[in-house]
Amino acid sequence: MNYFQLFNLPATFELDLTELGSRYLQLQRRFHPDQHSAGSERDRLLAVQQTANINDAYYSLKQPLLRAEHLLALRGLKISHEQRSFTDPVFLMQQMELREQLAEISQSADPDAIINSIERELQQQKNQLLQQLANALETKSAEQDQLAADLIRKLKFFFKLQSELELIEQQLQD
Amino acid sequence: MALLQIAEPGQSAAPHQHKLAAGIDLGTTNSLVATVRSGEAKTLLNKEGMDMLPSIVRYTSDSVIVGNAAKLAAVDDAENTILSVKRLMGKGYSETLALNDKVPYQLVDQQGLVAINTVQGVKNPVEISAEILATLANTASETLGGELNGVVITVPAYFDDSQRQATKDAAKLAGLNVLRLLNEPTAAALAYGLDSGQEGVIAVYDLGGGTFDISILRLRRGVFEVLSTGGNSALGGDDFDHAIVNHLQQLTGHSSLSHQAMRQYLTLARDIKEQLTDSDSLSFILPGSDKSATLTRSEVEQLMAPLVKKTIRACRQVLRDASLTTADIVKVVMVGGSTRVPLVRSEVAEFFATEPLTSIDPDKVVAIGAAIQANVLVGNKADTDTLLLDVIPLSLGLETMGGLTEKIIPRNTVIPVARAQEFTTFKDGQTAMALHVVQGERELVDDCRSLARFELRGIPPMSAGGAHIRVTFQVDADGLLSVTAQEKSTGVQANIQVKPSYGLSDDQVATMLKNSMQYARQDMQLRLLREQQVEAERVLEAVSQALKADAALLGPTELAAIRAALANLATVKQSEDTAAIKAAIEHTNTLTDDFAARRMDQSIRTALTGHNVDEV
Repeated sequence: MNYFQLFNLPATFELDLTELGSRYLQLQRRFHPDQHSAGSERDRLLAVQQTANINDAYYSLKQPLLRAEHLLALRGLKISHEQRSFTDPVFLMQQMELREQLAEISQSADPDAIINSIERELQQQKNQLLQQLANALETKSAEQDQLAADLIRKLKFFFKLQSELELIEQQLQD
Repeated sequence: MALLQIAEPGQSAAPHQHKLAAGIDLGTTNSLVATVRSGEAKTLLNKEGMDMLPSIVRYTSDSVIVGNAAKLAAVDDAENTILSVKRLMGKGYSETLALNDKVPYQLVDQQGLVAINTVQGVKNPVEISAEILATLANTASETLGGELNGVVITVPAYFDDSQRQATKDAAKLAGLNVLRLLNEPTAAALAYGLDSGQEGVIAVYDLGGGTFDISILRLRRGVFEVLSTGGNSALGGDDFDHAIVNHLQQLTGHSSLSHQAMRQYLTLARDIKEQLTDSDSLSFILPGSDKSATLTRSEVEQLMAPLVKKTIRACRQVLRDASLTTADIVKVVMVGGSTRVPLVRSEVAEFFATEPLTSIDPDKVVAIGAAIQANVLVGNKADTDTLLLDVIPLSLGLETMGGLTEKIIPRNTVIPVARAQEFTTFKDGQTAMALHVVQGERELVDDCRSLARFELRGIPPMSAGGAHIRVTFQVDADGLLSVTAQEKSTGVQANIQVKPSYGLSDDQVATMLKNSMQYARQDMQLRLLREQQVEAERVLEAVSQALKADAALLGPTELAAIRAALANLATVKQSEDTAAIKAAIEHTNTLTDDFAARRMDQSIRTALTGHNVDEV
């Protein structure tokens, strides 16, 4: 299913999220099961399925990584369920260092300061990669699509690190 | 146009006929029913002139008593008088062992589920709740002068799948048509938001007798969007009472209490809690003795503080889940009787750095919201702008190797939602597969709540890894899960056998229906017939409307076939042959499946085409 088509939006990575949101609500108003509660059983079931599709499409387009994956899938490059190891020694080394920093937070005298500095670093790296990803996807060549796929794989590491950092922060707060 | 004659006068509802609908707040301590009349939602009074019905059911040898009359016997006939049954909804016997010395009645194991031994035999929470629902529905029909077309029943947002299913089963047993299960905080927001016209992000803090919910919602232009929800379905004002009782027991040195003494102590604890809302200290006589004692508000607050802290931790978590901070919250709405406790108010005010709103009666706001939504869903308010977007409160996952969970649908995902997962066979010729679905956030299966075990059968035999089974998990607007499976290469629909871990199977519900005093055998059959007739009316109405709008999507042969099916259905509907009506409905559905799909596609296109025109 082409999620961009569902919302009648151009298939691009740089998406107008406000516009996406308002189209989402428009479709919800039409298809949400609450609008069909007086309908027949079959119609109510259809409404549930249709709304589930709309929700899924919205969820996928709203988030940059999923949106990029969907774009690549539409171009015939599927990476969402791939099982493949990653071999970029420089990148992996950098990830290991960041991971070690995370592990040391709880023992440090001023954990908040470290959390803030790691957060800044993650944010910066992520933004850089996202910019590169946008450029790669814009070009629409097979070669650039492969590059985009690689960038997505790298970004996944950063998103994962970020959620781990948030978890550590929560544990400290509680 | 032959089609327009299908709805015979007096048979099908005229478009402007007002339908009877009610909102029901099925609470741990008290329950209420409300309805919209002359555009205003109000709670309804029962014969005793009260709108709050204590959620208490007493079984005597030859009758069932619900509400205040049952409450009066809570001490004298403690074994047969069931309070706070909501806490037992959807629970397994093994999960409620800790309650055994807290409740005066005898909990028993009913095929793994918890039930209660009464003078009328074993009664399960679904049956007990059905009595409360039936009493409320009765109040509504008597006030409104007719049978209810449908109800909206509220549940704590944090209720899991088994607890929701149990609530729905109870409604079925009470003979009610459930339009929707609505989350309590969402209902409160609906009542509050429509009342005040508030826009922005609000927090709904809902502390009832037995459950705690905290939800963050965004309100804008009629859209009520739940951003995150959290809580504890086993924490409430009851726990404050138990904490006070524990303290009193320490004062007296009575380590164990008889059932009657426990009820007396609980009543005293509730009194202390309520009195200390207004005064700073209270002297009282300890039950079963002539000793007197004094408690100050600060002493009692110390007893409650750990429980209130728990709720504040949950508040912090939902804010994180919504990626917001307290600064983003424009208003905090208080719901539930336990929010009257001053300590609760002050802690909530401090955490959110804003004085919480209590302008709508915290005991009634949920029922009022439910009534508003029931009125919309039953079809009394066409062209309403209100849209409720709710989320699933707890993640759904599958058991994988080593007792770990793999999340399929994370918590706070907007519902309805469907997610598919693919599985493959690992043995040659394998034709069956087992799945274990759990709900919760923890990594280990044992720490999550087991929802159901599914067995897929009838997988076509292939070599190992050859069969790809696509399993789809679907959660509907009520937050209820259903599962379907299909083998991808052959398209074979695998047969799924569901074993709910803490729920009743469809057969059990049917048996309970048959056995229930309210439905003699004849009634039962009449009811099934009526159900099919109502569904037939809905199908006739829906297809006729669809033809009126979109007959152009059909070829002449298709159109003729559908018209013939409708004419047939209209005739068969008049008969008393339940099976024949059902068959005619199914025939019509099969014939119109394609038509429905085409209309859906067209509808999506026009919805957004209209949008573009507006913009230009």
